[in-house]
Amino acid sequence: MFKKFSKEEIHSRSNIKSSVQRGLKANFVSLYPNIEQAIDLVIPKKSQVILIKCEDKIQLYSVDKSDEDGENREIVMFQHFNDDLVPTLTTIHKFPEAFPRVQVDRGAIKFVLGGANIMCPGLTSPGAKLPDENIEEGKIVTVYAEGKEHALAVGKLLMSTDDIKSKNKGHGVELIHYLGDGLWNYHD
Amino acid sequence: MAEVAPKSVLYCKICSWPPEYCEFGSSFKRCQAWLQENNEDLYNQLYSNANLSNQLSSLSIEKEAKLSADLEKKQAKEEAKAEKELAKKLMSKITIKRIERNKRKHIISISGMEVLEMDLKKICKTFANKFATGSTVQKNAEGKNDILIQGDVSDEAKEIIEKLLTEQGLKDVKIEQVDDKKIKKKQAAQTQTK
Repeated sequence: MFKKFSKEEIHSRSNIKSSVQRGLKANFVSLYPNIEQAIDLVIPKKSQVILIKCEDKIQLYSVDKSDEDGENREIVMFQHFNDDLVPTLTTIHKFPEAFPRVQVDRGAIKFVLGGANIMCPGLTSPGAKLPDENIEEGKIVTVYAEGKEHALAVGKLLMSTDDIKSKNKGHGVELIHYLGDGLWNYHD
Repeated sequence: MAEVAPKSVLYCKICSWPPEYCEFGSSFKRCQAWLQENNEDLYNQLYSNANLSNQLSSLSIEKEAKLSADLEKKQAKEEAKAEKELAKKLMSKITIKRIERNKRKHIISISGMEVLEMDLKKICKTFANKFATGSTVQKNAEGKNDILIQGDVSDEAKEIIEKLLTEQGLKDVKIEQVDDKKIKKKQAAQTQTK
């Protein structure tokens, strides 16, 4: 989704109302229940969220950055049209436990970092890991890699994890956002 | 409600990825050097021999060799590309043009600012603030963006641009100051007298 993304694709940016902000947080928590304890760290209560509308109905939500690192704004999540909210990789790196995770084997890292969808065999081979309980189709998962600590991508399941295990063929995860894509390299 | 502290992740300053993914990036060698300089613990953890053999775990040795060969090739390619781009950048120049508006008034037009890779609008705004004049970004005939500043401020603008260039390590980019209308007028006058 963000393979090519640059400042030119931004149409408008606007501050959102605090009531909308509350709704956004509730929505995010309902999608990822595990983040409930940390939601105030993702979007602090007093902060002003800015909605950045982009090409192809992509909406980015940015907040003030808590740590001093030069740039003071950070995009914490984004949304395509009316789809599920998706956390950005910076958010995932901060709260890795909060999101459902899958793991790919080492051979697949290269392709994932190139933005390719993840094929089922890359998720079922010995180096890869799928959660024991079933995750349904269409859910957002964070993608980890064999031997690595941090997430390298976020994607949407194209089939449920049970199906991935049994069928073991075709696209398993549609990649949405990965290390080194346009959104990752975007800074305010 | 118990608060969960956010995990702080170190990012490589060279390729902006977490250091463990540097090996898949295009600037692995520079990343490695950077990490060694800035965070030796992690460097040892990632690149010590014992660990490297661990990583081979699930793939066969042949596959692994192929993977690393591919990566190396890609890295070399990317590096060459980056070098070329840098050379190209150093070759380009920024032109500051002084355009006569009427006898005593001038506009400054700055072209070739793309090398800075900064938001032109932001630079434009700083100019406007600094000189207390109007300043706009406009497309020129070649379809590239120029900065137009009202007022005769070419020397001051040059200083600021030089500062910006040194900040980005592009000291070698040339800045050219051109006086637009006057030359043309003189030439026109000369041709007329001839």
